[in-house]
Amino acid sequence: MPKIKIPKSAPSLDMTPMVDLAFLLVTFFMLTAKFRNMEPIEADPPSSTSLTQLPEKVMLITIDTAGRAYFDISGRTVREKLLERMMVRYPAVKMTQEQIENFSKMGTFGQPMELLAQYISGDEDVKSALDKAGKGIPLDSLNNQLGDWIQEGYYAFVDDATEQGLTRDQLKEDGLRYAIKADANTEYAKIEKVIDVFRDKQIFQFNMVTNLEGSDTNADANLNAQ
Amino acid sequence: MAEIVEGGGGGGKHGKKKAKKGSARLDMTPMVDLAFLLLTFFVLAATLAKPKAMEIIYPKEVDDKEDKTKLDDALATTLLLGENENEVFYYSGAYKPDTTELILTDLSKDGFRKIMLDKNMRVNDQVVQLKAKLESKEIDELTYEEAYKQVVGAKDAPFVVIKTVDKTKFKNVIGAMDELNICNVRKRAIQDMAESEAIAVRQRASELDLKKK
Repeated sequence: MPKIKIPKSAPSLDMTPMVDLAFLLVTFFMLTAKFRNMEPIEADPPSSTSLTQLPEKVMLITIDTAGRAYFDISGRTVREKLLERMMVRYPAVKMTQEQIENFSKMGTFGQPMELLAQYISGDEDVKSALDKAGKGIPLDSLNNQLGDWIQEGYYAFVDDATEQGLTRDQLKEDGLRYAIKADANTEYAKIEKVIDVFRDKQIFQFNMVTNLEGSDTNADANLNAQ
Repeated sequence: MAEIVEGGGGGGKHGKKKAKKGSARLDMTPMVDLAFLLLTFFVLAATLAKPKAMEIIYPKEVDDKEDKTKLDDALATTLLLGENENEVFYYSGAYKPDTTELILTDLSKDGFRKIMLDKNMRVNDQVVQLKAKLESKEIDELTYEEAYKQVVGAKDAPFVVIKTVDKTKFKNVIGAMDELNICNVRKRAIQDMAESEAIAVRQRASELDLKKK
């Protein structure tokens, strides 16, 4: 009986297709990934079973445990228009074209108008120092800057949308939404204060940012620590 | 492992040099490792970054005393959220300073949810039927939404008032709203607690010896 020949070389497995796929996926995820901007505050929202996604076009007010309010709105062109509008409202504040552009790229911020220019052009150290010392955006009745941001933010959004050719009906369907992201341990009275500012501007519908219940809320923090 | 075959070869200065036979292997293991590491990172980071949101609609009028009288007390349940996380009480019907007893509950799945599911049974049954119809394609999404709105907004559907004090934690408010969403209670409101109720909550909490966490 003839002997079965055993091949001497190690069996080699062709991994090319797998590697191709892996790289395809890596490329896909890298290109679709949206990096979150540096957030000046930590606010860990409460969990809920709500499955609704946070809308794309959104004005987001973040509130930390101390009740400080931070403002953010989506869309670069909207942000540019917003800052220009705010400068009309606060003529004492002067900004260069470069600062306006930097503002449009920035994420959440919580500085009063007077310090905003300094905050925008400052480096990371200046920013974190200002954030630490800051009291958020003023929202008391004498100096209600948050109310101005909200109002001008809405107008800037509408301006931008009309420029892009959206009609009024389309805006109703797919307009600006308002979201509040607050730390789970914030006292409710502090959130009500912000809601009252919105109420003054005739806005009554909010999206409260929440974590999905059951998901590990610390997973995010762990990832950052690694 | 992928292989790269050296083609042609030969030539060069010393014309006699033997061209290598077979194939030169390139070890791609580290590259593949790295690719998968990146893949894992992006997959994890991508799913974690999606925030969810819960919609809450606030009433236009802060002071809605007139509205209150229109609602039937028999359908009312009031949820009182105290200063501490575990100070969660409820009572049914209208508040009577001396006779109303605050019942301790919590926002877990065996707490307030059971009570509300029970009270809201009729609405929930209808919602279940609607959902079944939607799943069997008997009705489309739009009809379902309309019908759902009618069912949960029915005149005889129970309603819940969430009352808070200044120091109520936000997570309790969201937790309570979440429970109401689960129980299909759409008639609800968030209000400030009346002083008499706040005192009662504090009293009851000290009676039951609810310590901080």
